[in-house]
Amino acid sequence: MLRFKEPFERRSKGGWPVISGTEKFSHNLPQEKILVFIRGSSKRELSQKRGLATTFFNVQKCTLTTKRWLEPSGGLNNDMEYFLQQLINGVTLGSIYGLIAIGYTMVYGIIGMINFAHGDIFMVGAFISLILIVALGVTASMPLALLILALIAILIVSMALTSVWGWTVERIAYRPLRGSFRLAPLITAIGASIVLQNFVQISQGARNKPLQPLIPGGFTLSDGSGDSGFVVQLSYSQILIIVVTTVLMIGFTTLINKTSLGRAQRSCEQDRKMASLLGINVDRTISLTFVMGASLASVAGLMFLIYYGVIDFYIGFLAGVKAFTAAVLGGIGSLPGAMLGGLLIGLIETFWSGYFSVEYKDVAAFSILAIVLIFMPEGLLGKPEVEKV
Amino acid sequence: MSAQSESRFVSAVKDSVAGGLIALALFSLMLGMKAEVASGMGGQLGIEYRWGAVAIAVAIVFFGRLLLNLFVWKSDKPVTGIMSGMMPKASSFSGLGKFAMPVFLVLAVVLPFLLMSYYGASGSRRYLDLAILVTTYVMLGWGLNIVVGLAGLLDLGYVAFYAVGAYSYALLAHYFGLSFWICLPLAGILAALWGIMLGFPVLRLRGDYLAIVTLAFGEIIRVVLLNWYDFTGGPDGISGIPRPSFFGLEFERGDDGFAAFFGLDYSSIHRIIFLYYLILAMALVTNFVTMRLRKLPVGRAWEALREDEIACRSLGINTTNTKLTAFALGAMFGGFAGSFFATRQGFISPESFTFMESAVILAIVVLGGLGSQIGVVIAAVVMIGGFELIREFAEYRMLVFGLLMVGIMVWKPRGLISTRTPSISLSGKAKGISADLVQEGHG
Repeated sequence: MLRFKEPFERRSKGGWPVISGTEKFSHNLPQEKILVFIRGSSKRELSQKRGLATTFFNVQKCTLTTKRWLEPSGGLNNDMEYFLQQLINGVTLGSIYGLIAIGYTMVYGIIGMINFAHGDIFMVGAFISLILIVALGVTASMPLALLILALIAILIVSMALTSVWGWTVERIAYRPLRGSFRLAPLITAIGASIVLQNFVQISQGARNKPLQPLIPGGFTLSDGSGDSGFVVQLSYSQILIIVVTTVLMIGFTTLINKTSLGRAQRSCEQDRKMASLLGINVDRTISLTFVMGASLASVAGLMFLIYYGVIDFYIGFLAGVKAFTAAVLGGIGSLPGAMLGGLLIGLIETFWSGYFSVEYKDVAAFSILAIVLIFMPEGLLGKPEVEKV
Repeated sequence: MSAQSESRFVSAVKDSVAGGLIALALFSLMLGMKAEVASGMGGQLGIEYRWGAVAIAVAIVFFGRLLLNLFVWKSDKPVTGIMSGMMPKASSFSGLGKFAMPVFLVLAVVLPFLLMSYYGASGSRRYLDLAILVTTYVMLGWGLNIVVGLAGLLDLGYVAFYAVGAYSYALLAHYFGLSFWICLPLAGILAALWGIMLGFPVLRLRGDYLAIVTLAFGEIIRVVLLNWYDFTGGPDGISGIPRPSFFGLEFERGDDGFAAFFGLDYSSIHRIIFLYYLILAMALVTNFVTMRLRKLPVGRAWEALREDEIACRSLGINTTNTKLTAFALGAMFGGFAGSFFATRQGFISPESFTFMESAVILAIVVLGGLGSQIGVVIAAVVMIGGFELIREFAEYRMLVFGLLMVGIMVWKPRGLISTRTPSISLSGKAKGISADLVQEGHG
């Protein structure tokens, strides 16, 4: 039997998709040839599993490999091309983390609580996008203009619907507890996260959802003619993700710095009571913060879906913790900090798995979280926190 | 109908319509359409429509809100007011613990024999297994209650210590052939050491940071167990973990076995009963230690810390050490429970120690009422036992857990059974105070 170590993971390695995971899954993947990475297997076991895997994934050619293949070997990993590819992948991943991290940082800034359910809001956003894509029949074979139009429409609808989820979570789980003892909102946040995860698991099924690549192709920066023969690709989807993130970042920074809503948010952050005395509707401002965070998370969800091509109900947990790590690393409460932290976490994770070990990449991210919180709780761009009575 | 009540009715309907529309927005896609890999479509995703489910969900929200609006929120005489008049006052529950504890205890002790006499030796096995499972959760809940309920530290990685305990025993037995009774204290000590090691750097952090760091630690331990293939067996886990013996008597057929020694006919149920009493005793020890510690200065410091950390610090309590003792003790009991889990299952793998497990234990503590020992028992029996008995709803278990966690925190933040017994009082007679009357502290 095939055993996979992680729910699902795809990385580009020398142009081949690499799959690893512990969960059994049976569906067709868009690729014709697949490299299945199974750890803890001997060579002989692998050859037994190969035939199984080929039928399992319904592909013509299936190559199985053990851990050894992925370990750094001088020739493959110590060159510029490999580094460049990791850099591109890292920035893309970092952009997605950054978008989610903004939601954490804004909510933390304004009410001083960790919105544990935010990662799951991201997951819901990804699912809404997926459902819209499948329901509207959007595929890569559509004319380009139509595809772009459809994606923009999906993005807007998904942002709107995910915002409703974010708003509802705030309304039901957090607002009644404002002013309660400090553990209460944390516990409801965990509860909300469990509810969202299990609701999606029940309503959408536990199996992961593969999607045909929507935006295939890309620029080949290095065609493998170098010493290493490593192909470096900058795919169109990666460009899209980086561009969308940059545009949204600029937009939201302007929103916070220039508009009256942003002013209201910043004043609530400084002193909620005073802000309400000056005629700011504090509850509405907080709700809007959640709405903004959720809509950014839904963008991240769509980007994740386009980039990885597969989602399940559990993606929100890891992405959420990592995005939170990013927010803390950048300095919680700071918008540019969240973006910077996101990029750093994305890069660290990619380089860690590219040069050290794929298995321990989550450990790397979690360790950074612990180290930053212990030694540098104010983060890179944050303000030191003063505990008040 | 007066104009006032009519406008009230109109506003109630308006509000319910708004609620229904929001529910429609929420559920139209996520519930109404299911993206599923359709058979015969070459593995591509297709949509399965379920508008009926959406209609039901929206109707529930609409009519639920309408009823609440008409009879509770916008009514002169809220139904809840009348109901709470009929309900006994919360303070009259204060005797519940005193009354229920012995009943529960006696019931727990005679349970195997009740089951045996009712279902017979083979039929009662299923129920005994369930009782063992529930008791394990009770013990875990009591262990976590020290950390969350008494000291007010939200620990989301409690399952890590459970895993440390389980793997300590499994690995010690696997590599050194040590028996359960030697490993049990070792597992507890190791788990407590891990608690101190992990706790020491992070316990200076404020509550929510602590929560997420413990979550991260829990995941780190799981990932390491999963990937350290040569040592822990990775996803394959460790099998063939030895069973515990009864003072050197193995539960096996033959002349040296437990049954032969006591002149009984051999039956596999003996071991199950023994395991049940083992976990019951371990759980009761946990409870006893917690109850006694609560009356010691350190226990009072825990509760003071939960209520107001800054006040504690100004009174000269060393908050880091106080938190550390709670953390380490909680971890120790988690470790004990873990090694019991390993010996009972005979097989462990990292899959048993996911974050969801931590969430289940936390939910039990929260539902039972933070700091309430009897509440944990009731929550564990109802939530674990109840869902095991109705298998059809097993997949809804976590959903219900989550909803109850939110619901109870919003409705009664101190849990359902929320009386506070002062540790000390002037008259010498400690009286329970309803948590509703206690001012919430802010730390």
